[in-house]
Amino acid sequence: MRFKSTLENYLFVLPAVSIFTIFYILPFLMVFQLSFFDWDGIVPLKQAIPIGLANFKEIIFQDKIWWQSMLNAGYITLIALTFQNALAFLLAWACDREIRGKHFYRLIFFIPPVLSEVVVGLVWQWILDGDYGLFNHWLLRLGFPQLVRHWLSDPRTALTTVAVVHCWKGFGWGFLIFLAGLQTIPKELYEAARVDGANAWQSFKNITLPLMVPVTVLVAILTVLGTMQAFVLIMAMTGGGPAYHTQVPVLRIFASMRGSSRFGYACAQGIVFGVVLIIVSFIQYRFSKRARA
Amino acid sequence: MRRKRIWGLLLVGFSLGAFFPLGCSQQKPDTGKPKGETTTKPKIVVWHWMTDRESAFKELARRYEEKTGVKIEFQLYAPSDAYTQKVRAAAQGANLPDIFGILGEKRDFASFIKAGYILELTPYMEAEGGKWRNSLYEKALVINEFPQGNSYGVKPGVYGVPIDVMTIKMVYNKDLLNKLGYNDNKVPETLEEFLVLGKKLKEAKLQGLVSGWGELWMIDCLANNYAFNIMGKDKVLATIKGEIPYTDPDWIKVLTVFKKMQEAGVLASGLVTMVNKTAEQYFANGRAVFAFNGSWCVNVYKGMNPNLRFGVMFPPRASDKYPMSIWGGAGSSFMVNARSQNVEEAVRFLRWLSDTEQQAFLAEVTNNLPANKNCASKISPILAAFAEGLEDATHPNLWGVSEFPAVIEAFDKGIQSIIIGEKTPEEVASEVQKVKERELAKRKM
Repeated sequence: MRFKSTLENYLFVLPAVSIFTIFYILPFLMVFQLSFFDWDGIVPLKQAIPIGLANFKEIIFQDKIWWQSMLNAGYITLIALTFQNALAFLLAWACDREIRGKHFYRLIFFIPPVLSEVVVGLVWQWILDGDYGLFNHWLLRLGFPQLVRHWLSDPRTALTTVAVVHCWKGFGWGFLIFLAGLQTIPKELYEAARVDGANAWQSFKNITLPLMVPVTVLVAILTVLGTMQAFVLIMAMTGGGPAYHTQVPVLRIFASMRGSSRFGYACAQGIVFGVVLIIVSFIQYRFSKRARA
Repeated sequence: MRRKRIWGLLLVGFSLGAFFPLGCSQQKPDTGKPKGETTTKPKIVVWHWMTDRESAFKELARRYEEKTGVKIEFQLYAPSDAYTQKVRAAAQGANLPDIFGILGEKRDFASFIKAGYILELTPYMEAEGGKWRNSLYEKALVINEFPQGNSYGVKPGVYGVPIDVMTIKMVYNKDLLNKLGYNDNKVPETLEEFLVLGKKLKEAKLQGLVSGWGELWMIDCLANNYAFNIMGKDKVLATIKGEIPYTDPDWIKVLTVFKKMQEAGVLASGLVTMVNKTAEQYFANGRAVFAFNGSWCVNVYKGMNPNLRFGVMFPPRASDKYPMSIWGGAGSSFMVNARSQNVEEAVRFLRWLSDTEQQAFLAEVTNNLPANKNCASKISPILAAFAEGLEDATHPNLWGVSEFPAVIEAFDKGIQSIIIGEKTPEEVASEVQKVKERELAKRKM
């Protein structure tokens, strides 16, 4: 009877486990397997040439462009962690207060994240066009001709411009999570603080900020993971150029697969990238744990 | 009752679990042939990526069915990136259609052949005294051919049928050029003449040359044109073989061409991140005087601005030592799936498709250069201008050797760096050579 019951339980989860195994675990394992091969994605897998750790050695010791792309992604992530999340937090804080039209603002702030990244990239490319773009047009009209430039093809501004657009596109997620977090803080705490004579800044510093630490950690981890993996927006805006100035790791993986037909190498890049992300997330988690303590 | 329901649910669950994997297993290509029937005419499935030719292909399929009773189903998969991945995935799953095209470099083509996915067409081409072969432009056919002793290790022969021919040249806006004091008979022919235009462009507040140089391959086309012009084919191929370094003075000259163009102001601003579609819009809307673009642009410009008056010219030569070769050869080609059940019928259809009448129809409707030389007289003057110099056209697929992708990337990105004033030609040449040496060392291992 007990055996029958156990069997029933296993049979119930079998479909889900099968689907998960086929579409998630097997491809994941195949990426590991392929990273040890020289394979062009065309010849049958059994004809792929085993090369041991050569792909990993090349990535770690020879592929300077790969590490430059990591630095670029790191720079975008830094801007996202600071500028994007600060903006998201401030807007969420403002919308959590009793202001007129707060529901309208909530809707407006969440529009960028739901837009297609390709569309956003192309629209911003048009806005930032050096010759016919709206942005330069307004800079001229406002009397800042010295600032007019090709924002996306000037190596001094390309990466920062891409980062700012990325923040514009992504701050809505942070806004939503921060807002949800702010709404969980009991209003009684603020009332008690007010009774005790605390001003707005003291309430913010001593109630809002400490209670928002777990949410901030979550947003920070999601921001790091999401921004490091940026791809579509950059592809649409600059294609990774000029030269290598806006290259990011996922673009490099794509280039290895599509441009060079090096599927094995691309898989190895994917693994190295995954390991870096795990390490970064772990460090972030440890820091936040210490901060909470 | 409850137990019955549980067992019923389990049965459904188990079926799902069992049939999902089956759904992912290898699928036999859809041949359209009903089981057990061998006398009915087969259905030929063709995969392609050519959005602009879809309606013309469908019309030709209708005509072919009317004539032979064989149904041809053209299936469009766009954009080309998605198409490329689809073909590769289908090859892995043994799901390739009867006829398909390959987008990529010659080594990818070679991999498909070596894996047994592509039928060798030499016997068909050579039949009847080489009638089929002789009807096609040699340059278009060579791209689909692997010669004796090729470096890819492919059995010598023809493996694809060219559908059209492509060349990449420079186009100029006649009205804007007139504004600069030039006319059709006086387009700049040398690099010096072209560079002089920079000053006039600035005075007239016009953009000079636009092209899709954000997509690297178009930079590569022009750079190779200049490499052939400055040092000749033999030296270019010797460099690819690793016998001559990229730090050779002639390669520095090639890279310097781009520096000179930038300094003279003949390149449009923002060129290094410009995709070709944007460049086409700029040119079609009269925002740029010159464009470096392929023969497909005739159709594109016609769609964007039917009143655009433009002419075709060779890129201005940088040296008189060797001719200014243009980039060109087969534009699109179709291959027959060696494992198809309808090999003979597929070959027959491709032969019909590359015949004079069908090629003339495609050229007329899609404004592409035909691969069949018998319909050269039937093309428009602007297309004829693109075809001029086809005999001297060059393309990596004609060379028999391939440069390492990492080297090509370093070279093209290096040119972008020169244009944005970040690096000198010498620095770029040195970096490219380092990448080349690294790749050569890997090959030796």
